[in-house]
Amino acid sequence: MSQFAINMLFVGASFVLYIGIALWARAGSTKEFYVAGGGVGPIPNGMATAADWMSAASFISMAGLISVGYVNSSFLMGWTGGYVLLAMLLAPYLRKFGKFTVPDFVGDRFYSKGARLVAVVALLLTSITYVIGQMSGAGVAFARFLEVSSDAGIWIASAVVFVYAVIGGMKGITYTQVAQYVVLILAYTIPAIFISLQLTGNPIPQIGMFGDHVDSGMPLLQKLNEVVRDLGFQDYTADVSNKLNMVLFTLSLMIGTAGLPHVIIRFFTVPKVADARSSAGWALVFIALLYTTAPAVASMARLNLLTTVYPQGVEQPALEYSERPQWVKNWEETGLIKFEDKNNDGRIQYYNPTADFSDRGWAGNELTVNSDILVLANPEIANLPGWVIGLIAAGAIAAALSTAAGLLLAISSAVSHDLIKTIINPNISEKNEMLAARISMAVAILVATYLGLNPPGFAAQVVALAFGIAASSIFPMLMMGIFSRRINSVGAISGMVAGLAFTVIYIFIFLGWFFIPGTNSLPNTPDNWLFGISPLSIGSVGAVINFAVAFAVAYMTAPPPKEVQDLVESVRFPKGAGAAVAH
Amino acid sequence: MADHKSNAEAYWSANLRLILGSLVIWALCSYGFGIILRPMLSGIMIGGADLGFFFAQQGSIYVFIALIFFYRWKMNKLDKEFGLEE
Repeated sequence: MSQFAINMLFVGASFVLYIGIALWARAGSTKEFYVAGGGVGPIPNGMATAADWMSAASFISMAGLISVGYVNSSFLMGWTGGYVLLAMLLAPYLRKFGKFTVPDFVGDRFYSKGARLVAVVALLLTSITYVIGQMSGAGVAFARFLEVSSDAGIWIASAVVFVYAVIGGMKGITYTQVAQYVVLILAYTIPAIFISLQLTGNPIPQIGMFGDHVDSGMPLLQKLNEVVRDLGFQDYTADVSNKLNMVLFTLSLMIGTAGLPHVIIRFFTVPKVADARSSAGWALVFIALLYTTAPAVASMARLNLLTTVYPQGVEQPALEYSERPQWVKNWEETGLIKFEDKNNDGRIQYYNPTADFSDRGWAGNELTVNSDILVLANPEIANLPGWVIGLIAAGAIAAALSTAAGLLLAISSAVSHDLIKTIINPNISEKNEMLAARISMAVAILVATYLGLNPPGFAAQVVALAFGIAASSIFPMLMMGIFSRRINSVGAISGMVAGLAFTVIYIFIFLGWFFIPGTNSLPNTPDNWLFGISPLSIGSVGAVINFAVAFAVAYMTAPPPKEVQDLVESVRFPKGAGAAVAH
Repeated sequence: MADHKSNAEAYWSANLRLILGSLVIWALCSYGFGIILRPMLSGIMIGGADLGFFFAQQGSIYVFIALIFFYRWKMNKLDKEFGLEE
């Protein structure tokens, strides 16, 4: 069977599974559509949350980011540490509050339609930004494995999501996410186990990474340090000098994670407050399976790539281009690997482009490798059978679809529940609200498909904005709403506007106003940044400003009414939560 | 009523103490060992890398998991002690 047929079989079978699950788990009421009936156990919810959270970027691109070296450890700590904040500061209390959406809590706690509307806007901005990346991620996965155009891939992906999200709502999405988690974690860990076995003799990548390299007998990370140093790169484990920026970047990712609406609403689906706590723990266990494997994949795949190019060691002549392995040829066709023989010696010199190796007769780095290769080509580099490649294809698509579905649900419930049911027409019947929810979902999918097909040129920067918004507005607002009785409506709104404005303006100054290229006020280089803080790290500073302004304004104005203080009191105690209810 | 109120207050401040303690460990392992204190721990090696590198790429994630389950266990106990469980 050809590789193409194997990939088709795996991806096709996974689609049949997802749609089958959706038909079995149809949503029959708004409660089932928004919160899966509130009856999902903590372990399945943990799996669903993990699939919801781990996007196409986590699956395909994260190992590549980590392979740069120690400095990008921020992604590992930042995208996991947020779950500690969720478990202790947000999830149990929002579950006790017991309604359907994040703006529901904001609107009631800050007794204001204005606050609810600001929350809806922050939610839509964050979620729509994110969904663009998922659609293009799905398109890329299709294009690479199924020989269709990236655009056709996006249409196929949106058709599949359409079927199971519109029919199943949160209930269908939850159970498909459980299946998608299983597919994606198998696809990620199986090649990692084999690579670890080949390089270190240890089948557990997390341990192999800190073990000895079989060929050289040296510790793997020291071998890697030595190889990259000889090619003019920085040591793999080298420390960073700008610790302030690394701390703030990690913090922004953590509180941004805790403030992402599509993650928070997953905790509304469990039966009890205690389940919300354990669900966060299980989610992190399932996420950690991938996130602790990623650094092992990063270091091993980088070493593998370099030893492929320098089979006799970096001191010896590089590999002849005509003798390159089959997997290099395969990925050259996709453009993810490019070779240009600058010194016409027929060999592949691959090294840090800014380093000078003219003494060895090298005329510049000759190999350009897209860092996604570290995951995508892993099975081929390790000579694994064709079905593992099929599994990677299905896994990458599962990662994109599961996150897209979670985001689309957050978007559609904000529109049908918060805008239509609560603000525009409170008298809407249950049946019509369901219809409105399904129509908003369908429209959201069409918008996401359109944006995936025509991604704004600034898609990459917008992800920074999404984390900035969630970190500087949604997280502080929710946390203050729970932990302070004294924060009133005007305090919360001023804090949110101040934190959001500061963050967005700081990002625009360096990345261009409204992301229009060339309109940035200052070049985006470390010497222009305020105290060396990059625009990607500024969300945590925005959050501090939000807290400070909110408290200052709230203490200068009247405390919130009695019934709101009682509401704060009630979310703090698990007793009497019951299942999630409508108004 | 007064009794009920002071009971609730004791429960809440026990929760706040627990959160504070957990977040100190949370910050120490990630921002501390993983980033700021890394140079000070550079003498302690774990299979080819220093302890700070290990915490940044593996250790802190395991500590996060342990913290959440510890918090869940303590809170479930507190819920029962104060008669506030569901």
